[in-house]
Amino acid sequence: MAELTYRDAVARGIAQEMARDDDVIFFGEDVAKAGGVFKATVGLLDQFGPIRVRDTPISEQAILGAAMGAAMTGLKPIAEIMFSDFLAVCWDYVANEFPKSRYMTNGQVKCPLVVRTGNGAGSRFGAQHSQSVENWCMMIPGLKVVAPSSPADVVGLLAAAVRDPDPVIFFEHKSLYAVKGEVPDGEIVDTLGTAKILRPGKDATVLALALMVPRALAAAETLAAEHGIEVEVVDVRSLVPLDMQTILGSVGRTHRLFTVEENPRLCGWGAEIVSIAVEEAFYDMDGPPVRITTPHIPLPAADALEDMVLPTPARIVETIRRSLGS
Amino acid sequence: MAKKTAEATVLDRSNDDIGEAVRLELYRKQQVIRQAEQRAYDLFLQNLVKGTSHLSLGQEAIAAAFGTAMRPGDLSFCTYRGHAHTLARGVSVESVLGELMQRDNGLMRGKGGSMHLTSVEHGVMGSYAIIGAHLPIACGAALTAQYKGTGDVAVCFFGDGTTNIGAFHEALNFAAIWKLPVVFVCENNLYMEYTAIHEVTAVKHPAADRAAAYGLERIVVDGNDADAVYRTAQAAFAKARAGDGPSLIECLTYRHSGHSRADPAKYRPEGELERWKERDPIKVYRERLKSFGIAESVMTSIDQEVARMVDAATEACKAAPMPPEDILFTDVYADGGWAWRN
Ligand SMILES: Cc1ncc(C[n+]2csc(CCOP(=O)(O)OP(=O)(O)O)c2C)c(N)n1
Ligand SMILES: [Mg+2]
Repeated sequence: MAELTYRDAVARGIAQEMARDDDVIFFGEDVAKAGGVFKATVGLLDQFGPIRVRDTPISEQAILGAAMGAAMTGLKPIAEIMFSDFLAVCWDYVANEFPKSRYMTNGQVKCPLVVRTGNGAGSRFGAQHSQSVENWCMMIPGLKVVAPSSPADVVGLLAAAVRDPDPVIFFEHKSLYAVKGEVPDGEIVDTLGTAKILRPGKDATVLALALMVPRALAAAETLAAEHGIEVEVVDVRSLVPLDMQTILGSVGRTHRLFTVEENPRLCGWGAEIVSIAVEEAFYDMDGPPVRITTPHIPLPAADALEDMVLPTPARIVETIRRSLGS
Repeated sequence: MAKKTAEATVLDRSNDDIGEAVRLELYRKQQVIRQAEQRAYDLFLQNLVKGTSHLSLGQEAIAAAFGTAMRPGDLSFCTYRGHAHTLARGVSVESVLGELMQRDNGLMRGKGGSMHLTSVEHGVMGSYAIIGAHLPIACGAALTAQYKGTGDVAVCFFGDGTTNIGAFHEALNFAAIWKLPVVFVCENNLYMEYTAIHEVTAVKHPAADRAAAYGLERIVVDGNDADAVYRTAQAAFAKARAGDGPSLIECLTYRHSGHSRADPAKYRPEGELERWKERDPIKVYRERLKSFGIAESVMTSIDQEVARMVDAATEACKAAPMPPEDILFTDVYADGGWAWRN
């Protein structure tokens, strides 16, 4: 067991897979010599050399297009899009090319690639470098969408993503890069499409993703200590495939459902999960599901302002406490 | 050196670099494309080809020449105007027409449609309908070839209009810096959809005049001359296989039909179509073969054999069932299904 940062876990996960499989290659802007703008890929160039670890020009379409062409023909590329906001610049590949090639060709074309991208707020970078856009990808048939919250999950889910035969968009949360956690020694391979119950509780189910996970856990601590409310915190981890069984199982025990989402309100991932829960577990619930989200506004840059809009432990505590009427 | 015979003017063939067998192949491929495309148009008018379709009538020499110059393992990346390139790799007329007619015998069983013809077993890695998308994708395939040392080349076909989208420029730079074995083939048919390319492009030759920006040679070739295109293709493939990187080839040509479906192409100046039809690639090539001493009857029998094949393919497609409901839910994901949750 070693203590690793989320940032170092990224490099560890990529290295684990590159060492295992020569078909895994990695490229993106500033990822090789500089080790990435978030320093998440330091050391990979030295370990695997310039044929397998490459710096690209500022060409997001070429990065994703080349990843797709390589994936179709037998490689297992990992491509980096520096900030997830930039997916908008190469959206054709994410929305039209990766996810539809297998279906349109009646199964002839495969697309086993991973796009890693820095997602989320907290760095005070403003509206075009701070968004949480995993919900953009969730609505596209053919993609898989993953967003880990801990260093151990980064390694395991990244390995699972690389080994997965479908295109996976892997959202790394920028505000988690410095967070430390225990990571087991040796090879780690997790399973896509599995949510994890991080804290058991009987009074309510709280779903969270990425940066919202530690905030939900902090809120759970306060709810238990100060209000006697025991919430079950579920890290959703993977939006597609979606582990509804774990979520519905939890709701069946707690009878209340809350989501904590960094996305702006409309069409956040929680909206889909809540709609499923309402259809399939309505009579298990003792009250309406509640979504705790960022309001439907672009993100402001100033720390004072950004802090007002992202769900905080205090807001989670308040919302749950009021909803449960205690 | 030419000497007159009773039949035709026979050229001295001692220096012929192409040879009769390849020339007949080039002729046959052009005929297959011409007749299959003409049939697609007729079937469209009968409401049997559904959706849209983009024909290569008049542009056959380019597809035929590249298809002939490619070897197994080389990979084709086409556009929505890709029936020609698909046929040129040996995909059957029946499976192409079947896809256009959206039947179960189609190349992708109706799941892709005319704009997405793909046959991986023939090296046709897809037809792409978002302008420019496939240039970077071809770079990625070339990266695999380079990485694995296969010697295969990725060949990417696109139109003049495509030179004005960002992905074109990103892909050329990418291919150049990494010396990728990819050949970019611009079929300059003078029009994007309905707008003349010169009205919306800063340079005269939309592809060739941009080559220098990526350190590439400026190449313009008569796209209606299958021999000229074939030679150019071979040179580019030799360069790519030798590890000397990409080429960008601009082929001058003209589409005889409208942009898509029943576009009457009223935007073309009077007489332009007629002038280009005088240089119809198949007419030009037939004359060429005759001048090389190949008897007219040889070409005629190819024409007839192709006609029989296209007729038979048409009948097979008309008789083919519509795709069944159960394929709706297959191949969304690699496990063969569409499950997104448990
Ligand atoms: C990104 C994008 N923009 C616009 C279109 C609509 N469109 C389809 S074909 C076409 C013209 C393309 O012209 P060119 O590249 O010259 O190819 P040609 O059709 O002449 O073969 C356009 C604008 C599209 N499919 N994709
Ligand atoms: Mg054109």
